[in-house]
Amino acid sequence: MGSAHGDAGSAGVWARTVSVPALDLSHVTLARGGRIVLNDVSFSVPKGSFVGVLGANGAGKTTLFRGLLGLEPARQGVLCVNGAPVKRGNSTVGYMPQMRKLIGGQLSGWSMVAAARRGQHWGLPWCGRKGREAVQAALEAVDALDLARKPVAALSGGQRQRLLLAQTLLDDPTLLLLDEPLASLDPARMRETAVRIHTLARFRNMTVLMSAHDINPLLGLMDHVLYLARGKALLGKVEDVLTTEALTALYGAPVDVVRAGGRVFVVAEGGGAILQPHDCLGGHAHA
Amino acid sequence: MLEYDFMRTAFLAAFLVAVVCGPVGWFLVLRGQTFASHALSHVGFAGATGALLLGFSPLTGLSAGALGAGVLMGLAGDRVAGRDVMIGLVLSVAMGAGALFLHFLTHSASAATALLFGDILGISSSMLGWLAALSGGCLLALGIMARPLLFASLQPELAEAKGVHIAVLDVLFLALVAIATAECAQITGVLLVFTLMVAPAATILRLGLPPLVGLFGAAGLAVMEAWGGLMLSWQTDYPTSFWISVLGGAGFLLAAPVASWVSQRVEAKRLSNAS
Repeated sequence: MGSAHGDAGSAGVWARTVSVPALDLSHVTLARGGRIVLNDVSFSVPKGSFVGVLGANGAGKTTLFRGLLGLEPARQGVLCVNGAPVKRGNSTVGYMPQMRKLIGGQLSGWSMVAAARRGQHWGLPWCGRKGREAVQAALEAVDALDLARKPVAALSGGQRQRLLLAQTLLDDPTLLLLDEPLASLDPARMRETAVRIHTLARFRNMTVLMSAHDINPLLGLMDHVLYLARGKALLGKVEDVLTTEALTALYGAPVDVVRAGGRVFVVAEGGGAILQPHDCLGGHAHA
Repeated sequence: MLEYDFMRTAFLAAFLVAVVCGPVGWFLVLRGQTFASHALSHVGFAGATGALLLGFSPLTGLSAGALGAGVLMGLAGDRVAGRDVMIGLVLSVAMGAGALFLHFLTHSASAATALLFGDILGISSSMLGWLAALSGGCLLALGIMARPLLFASLQPELAEAKGVHIAVLDVLFLALVAIATAECAQITGVLLVFTLMVAPAATILRLGLPPLVGLFGAAGLAVMEAWGGLMLSWQTDYPTSFWISVLGGAGFLLAAPVASWVSQRVEAKRLSNAS
């Protein structure tokens, strides 16, 4: 499990321990519904890195994730996970889709999580002893054993997120793709959730890609930022990517990066925030 | 009452149908697709009356009509905008066609009543064989696809990422619903399919049981309600479908207080164990 890395905890450790990158994209073009969303994108993410994926609505965050899951074939280029080309149903990749309308809220949290345990196999929905142990372990990891007893419909958004996070851990993945896990949470819960995910990833030595509308709840946790705009992607350290020069070049239009009160705002010249800092007012108060 | 042949046939038929309706209904309620089974039964009505007109058995027509509509509905998926309007239109055109076919039938009144409100005492032994075959097939299919269907129902995006073919499952499931609906209509009639298909399943889902227990529980409750309806009908001479609908409604209303009582007991026991 590499607990030594977890103990070290510093952002630089992964750089010395990796050989094969967790993610490697070379000249990838991805389309969704006939529209090209990412055009000739190349980047690679080292193992163990915690990456915040940022960009406005429609910038391609979900499409990128679908591409990495093998659900959206690339028009061009190759996407590799742990050195192998992406394929659908890869059990080393954990995925948490965007929160959606609740289905089956009558079932308990436990049943909800257990349904995902080898849920792609034919047969009756029966876990077996090994399956129950796996579900138990995943729920323990996110501290949700008590929640799992209740019907899902009785849980808050943040509590449901914890169950979904437990679900991604069932197969012991090495890469987590989390699509907007902080959306629909109240500001106080955002930072708490981000820290929880970060701690879990460090402890299990997982690589995490986590998309977000706003960068502020992730400040101080990210090793890298992946910024998507206008079909292009920019990957790098927070201090290198979130600068007026870098983002102006990426957008091809004047963009200001403003730092105020310990928070970061990305603002277009015509006015209006590109990311949505109001999502996280006070988010840092809990840091 | 069991000394009569037609009653033994009726009990057996009720068992064969209810044991499928329960678990299929459990998934219908879980997925929020109960309206689909209602619509399928109406399309089946047109199929049944058409079959009568052409000299086939109504069960054949019902199954064929519902199955065709179910597969089409599954293929259309959620992509069709204004889906509820479209289903409603197809449904009313189907009922209209059924009315036309009945108009051409000489013995239309009794046939219409049997189709609309069910005729469990009129089930022949050859029909019993058909019901057994259909139920066996449905249960086998459900036993094979229950696990991925549950996963895909609860977490479509995640299931897709893990390799479940959502679109295929959608079509297969609606085909299953169509067959179960056609079977159910033999007992409750096309207008009251809800009573056996949805009521027991919704009752069981209210109890918050784990999926496998819920599936078997729904089958058991559906059989009990169908048999209960038959027995009450024997005692009172009221129609069986009336009693099944009453039992279904009463069971659903009782489920909420029962569920809260059980969860309170469980919670109390847990707390006393912990302390």
